[in-house]
Amino acid sequence: MRRRRPGAALIAGTLLATALTAAVPAGAAERPVVRIGSKSFTESYILAELVAQIVEQAGEARVDRKFGLGGTGIVYNALAGGELDVYPEYTGTVARMILKDPGVTTLDVMRTRVAERGLVVSAPLGFDNAYALAVSRATAGRLGLRTLSDLRGHRELTALFDPGFLDRDDGWPGLRRHYGLDFRDVRIMEHALAYRALASGKVDVITVFTTDGELAREAVTVLADDRKFFPDYVAVLLARRAFVEQQPRTWAALERRLAGRLDNATMARLNAEVDLDHQSAAAVAASFLGTGLGTGRREAGSERRAALLRELPALTLQHLVLVGVSLAVAVALGVPLGILAARRRRLGQVELMGVGVLQTIPALALLSFMIPLFGIGRVPALVALSLYALLPIVRNTYAGLVSLDPQLVDMAAVIGLDGTKRLGWVELPLASVTILAGIKTAAVLTVGTATLAAFIGGGGYGTLIVTGLALNDAATILAGAIPSALMALAVHGLFEAFDRLAVPRGLRIRASPR
Amino acid sequence: MIVLRDVSKRFGAHQALDGVSLTVAPYTTHVLLGGSGSGKSTVLRLVLGLVPADTGDVAVDGVPVGPATRRDIQRRIGYVVQEGALYPHLTTAGNVGLPARARGWPAAAIEARVNELARLVDFRRPLLERYPAELSGGQRQRVSLMRALVLDPPVLLLDEPLGALDPITRTELQGELVQMFRELRKTVVLVTHDVREAFVLGTNITLLDAGRVVQHGTFDDLARRPATPLVTEFLRAQTPPPAMAEYF
Repeated sequence: MRRRRPGAALIAGTLLATALTAAVPAGAAERPVVRIGSKSFTESYILAELVAQIVEQAGEARVDRKFGLGGTGIVYNALAGGELDVYPEYTGTVARMILKDPGVTTLDVMRTRVAERGLVVSAPLGFDNAYALAVSRATAGRLGLRTLSDLRGHRELTALFDPGFLDRDDGWPGLRRHYGLDFRDVRIMEHALAYRALASGKVDVITVFTTDGELAREAVTVLADDRKFFPDYVAVLLARRAFVEQQPRTWAALERRLAGRLDNATMARLNAEVDLDHQSAAAVAASFLGTGLGTGRREAGSERRAALLRELPALTLQHLVLVGVSLAVAVALGVPLGILAARRRRLGQVELMGVGVLQTIPALALLSFMIPLFGIGRVPALVALSLYALLPIVRNTYAGLVSLDPQLVDMAAVIGLDGTKRLGWVELPLASVTILAGIKTAAVLTVGTATLAAFIGGGGYGTLIVTGLALNDAATILAGAIPSALMALAVHGLFEAFDRLAVPRGLRIRASPR
Repeated sequence: MIVLRDVSKRFGAHQALDGVSLTVAPYTTHVLLGGSGSGKSTVLRLVLGLVPADTGDVAVDGVPVGPATRRDIQRRIGYVVQEGALYPHLTTAGNVGLPARARGWPAAAIEARVNELARLVDFRRPLLERYPAELSGGQRQRVSLMRALVLDPPVLLLDEPLGALDPITRTELQGELVQMFRELRKTVVLVTHDVREAFVLGTNITLLDAGRVVQHGTFDDLARRPATPLVTEFLRAQTPPPAMAEYF
């Protein structure tokens, strides 16, 4: 996967405003909707925004922006599952991660192969966002470096690579063999910091992506891949055939206005305008399409903050719905499962293990598993969050029931309480403190986990966090993270109050010293 | 009539009962006397069908205790344990009325019965709305007793019902119990390690030690015709020393 890292940009405001208004059908005409996806890095946002604006101008359909989805697996599955109509992708990614066949190198073969899946690949947009090695212009001049072959024999140099680059087969191990390279020292650092390290002179060679915004601005020389090692990561649009056939005018407009129009230098400039100049992707896209409002360079900080604040009520509501619904489902499932586990101890062990295993699945992975089943958006997020909230509820219900005073349980049998009466009149009330503690834990956890829902288009505060992370913009991240933390505190407080209502009075007296 | 014939029960490595035979005559109070771990509580749990016997037979009024008959037998038994086993989330009235509620009595009938029992055990009406945590130890045991009596069962099984109480409350309640058992004509099995309680309450006494019956009989039998030296030792252990007896 190609990813983009960041400067510090802020797209969120405008982007979300449009995304949200688009998500709510305005009761307007029965025009079809084109659902456009993007991954969560700058270039993908810009390309998707270009697509969206062209679709809007073509006038055939309305646009639903589902931007900032968390990675190839999620976006592709959403497209294949009919949840998206089109999104920007790279040929290398299509071959390696989607078709899982690095041998697919020509566009014709790729088109045939994705056609089997009901998909269409557009003409190349014109740039290749590939890995490359770069040196400072000064170093290039001093050592006469223009190509990767020129690096051979320069063992005195120090290299700084992306964490992924060192292990990938199409990274350093292969490159080293292919060109016979060797460096005095190879270090690893987050890509975002590589340009700064190069400028400081502490390192000589860094990994770059060939459309990095910095390449448009800094004194950096990208070394040509003269012996053709790096696979192509040519940008294309990946679309559903149904969409292409049903909105031919729109598709034609996309091909006409994007294909071959974006070379490496142009894309790097657009990335720089977002990453380094802090313009919104929407403004940059509009300006590129010549429909911009003569965009000012930079949105004022106060405007950005105001835009974020306008989004907060809607995002808060979405987040509350995510937490509330998934918690309700988790309680409705978890308490009976806990009861079952306590009744059938052997089955219970299996059950607790199963719920425990669910918890060990990274939240993001669990979310992406949901896509083939439920597509993208709120429903799969709710399912994943509900599953995630199960463990504390099942475990505490089980623990509360099996740790009851055996005398009280025996007495219930002698008194003539069996089945549901014993459960409802005696066991659940006695275990209520423990069960409620489990539900409280689940609720607070879910407020945090729900921020991940944004990766599959589930909305909520995570939308701001995902956008902020993609664009390395602390203000946007905090605009999502702080309300989320506050909501967690509020939920905790709410449950403290609720305990007073839900725990039987007699138990509370026992709980307090007399 | 409660009959145990050659009953043994083992919990893991611990032999709780070892060949115990025992007959409790109707309308008598039969005391199971013994130290900790003598197996006396296990006898009650076997009669209630809460645990099955490993070998031997347990029968109540001729019906053998087993999974099929347990429910019917429990219906005819009131059970009180040392700490009361009251439900902390229910008020006194809620606890006392629970067996009746479990059997679908109408609310008014339950209330009437609870009030009747409160008079019987001299329990003040305002306390009926209190939770167990708001009651004294003696009050809690009265509640537990009321609950055992609410369905008017012919049999009462009492497992150290006064064991956790202070001496004064204990003596007071012992007196009340004697009178009540006589008036209500219940068949009572009472488990205790307290010789005084056995003397005051027991028509018949069975002394148990390490899961075996040491001696059956009246208090007089045990005191005057002890089957083994252990019987005398057990009875004497709780007698005040002569020097202390002079004070009374």
